[in-house]
Amino acid sequence: MPSEKMLMRGAHVVGEAAVRAGCRYYFGYPITPQNELPEYLSQRLLEVGGTFIQAESEIASINMVIGASAAGGRVMTSSSSPGISLKQEGISYLCGQELPAVIVNMMRGGPGLGNIAPSQADYFQATRGGGHGDYRVLVLAPASNQELAELTFDAFDLADKYRNPVMILGDGLMGQMMEPVVFRDPIDPRELPPKDYILDGCKGREPRAVFSMLLDPPTLYRHNLKLQAKYDEMTAKEVRYETYLVEDAELILVSYGTASRIAKGAVNRMRRDGYKVGLFRPITLWPYPKVALRALAKEGVKIGVFELCVGQMVEDVIMSVGGRSEVHLLGIPGGPIPTPADVQEFALSVLRGDGKVGKKVEI
Amino acid sequence: MNEQAMKKIFSRPESLKPAMTHYCPGCGHSIAHRLVAEVLDELGLREKTIGVAPVGCAVLAYNYFNFDMVEAPHGRALAVATGIKRVHPDKFVLTYQGDGDLAAIGTAETIHAANRGEKISTIFINNAIYGMTGGQMAPTTTIGLVATTTPGGRDPDRDGAPIDISQMLAVCQRTVYIERCALCSVKHIQRAKRAIKKSFLVQLNNLGFSLVELLSPCPTNWKMKPWDAWKWTESILTKTYPLGVIKDTSGLGEVK
Repeated sequence: MPSEKMLMRGAHVVGEAAVRAGCRYYFGYPITPQNELPEYLSQRLLEVGGTFIQAESEIASINMVIGASAAGGRVMTSSSSPGISLKQEGISYLCGQELPAVIVNMMRGGPGLGNIAPSQADYFQATRGGGHGDYRVLVLAPASNQELAELTFDAFDLADKYRNPVMILGDGLMGQMMEPVVFRDPIDPRELPPKDYILDGCKGREPRAVFSMLLDPPTLYRHNLKLQAKYDEMTAKEVRYETYLVEDAELILVSYGTASRIAKGAVNRMRRDGYKVGLFRPITLWPYPKVALRALAKEGVKIGVFELCVGQMVEDVIMSVGGRSEVHLLGIPGGPIPTPADVQEFALSVLRGDGKVGKKVEI
Repeated sequence: MNEQAMKKIFSRPESLKPAMTHYCPGCGHSIAHRLVAEVLDELGLREKTIGVAPVGCAVLAYNYFNFDMVEAPHGRALAVATGIKRVHPDKFVLTYQGDGDLAAIGTAETIHAANRGEKISTIFINNAIYGMTGGQMAPTTTIGLVATTTPGGRDPDRDGAPIDISQMLAVCQRTVYIERCALCSVKHIQRAKRAIKKSFLVQLNNLGFSLVELLSPCPTNWKMKPWDAWKWTESILTKTYPLGVIKDTSGLGEVK
């Protein structure tokens, strides 16, 4: 049975959804603004006989994730931007070793120590791979607490399906915001399909080794092609996005996560005033919904990208649109949260073509 | 010869694969591998063991050990092992790490796993040098030892002093058993085997964290002949790192 409708903050939603998705191992290190998630799990995992460790660092926690995943556990870690930077080495190893894990980044302002305000400035790091080597991480960007619950659940299944880490990319606002949420039926992790690569002692079988070092160049070449084939399959099968009032739109705003909530507010205000404005919201940031966005881009349709950073996702938008539409950008870095009225000003400026708010992106 | 009178008295431990190692002549790693394998066989642990290989000369340990193994990023073996042991508390988990891995880049992971009292056994190979990368200074390099990054020898004012991580771990409340041995004579090697066995028994009895430090000759990077490296280990290296039991609260007594 799905749960009753509950009023919860986003950070707790991720924790509860993870436990219900069968996650029994969490390793993390405190950093604002996501501490409510490990705090919640420290109690909740105790209740279900799981393991919570507050590690000595983000580096240690992602390596505990490697160990628990290699041992076959459903495992998660979480952090915020500077801490996610520290986990990048481990994320590269997880990809190289083909180990599943769920990694939550509640983004804050950067670079450096930055601040603890909501931000979307880790888009490049998340979608391009902040660590070394040819690898990809499936990146899910929820925009509500209900979607946080759904995507957290899905993240564990996707990680297992592809034997690859999956990142949930939220921000400080999303972690704190309280909204009603309904959870899916809990999964008993003991009933998940067995994995044929995990380390649990070699009784009755040949010993297994989990490693990413392949010194022989042709062997590493083949390993990389194998990984690439997985990424190609993700690109073919796992793209998710939402469109809102785009059919007749002369201006399509493109935003994800918290920014998309604000953008949707702007769309609703402008529709009331008769403007033909819509919203395209990527839910997977990698793989990016390029084909779907390209289909919407055409002569007479302008694209307005709004993101909480100086402009990172806009590069994927430019690649998707491929010159079919004008692309404009409203990039707000460092933590100020624009209102729907601010985004409306941007949208009106784009429609007027006066360049007063935001900027036209030269391709 | 009467076949019935023949008795097999020496063979490869089952916990070692029939593989040629890449270790240099006179290196302590091959001896340490064999000791670990012999003890696992004697305790019947091979099929419930999960090992963690380091980055360093033993990075390919999973090619030699005949049980489940994972390769950890440099220095993170004890964090990786923590994750494994928490998923499989009933399995036997060991890390095998060198001095750069365990006492430089992985110092935090080492100290905190030990301090949490993780029920893990650690084999710590201290050869006072970075072997795999070609002879650079290690955290454990002794004063005056010439490494490729210590021209004229390690100078404490310039390079700092050799670190005694086993002593540091001994002050952590949750460590149970720490002993330092040397792989430089038959007597010392036999002693090392008893220490390894005791460390494994500490884990089997669910007592907590234990570590066996093995002073290990590195003739290649010390630029010595193997026999000279053995003698140097015994006469010089043990002055910086005295042999013996550093901590034992296991209550297990002497192991045969």
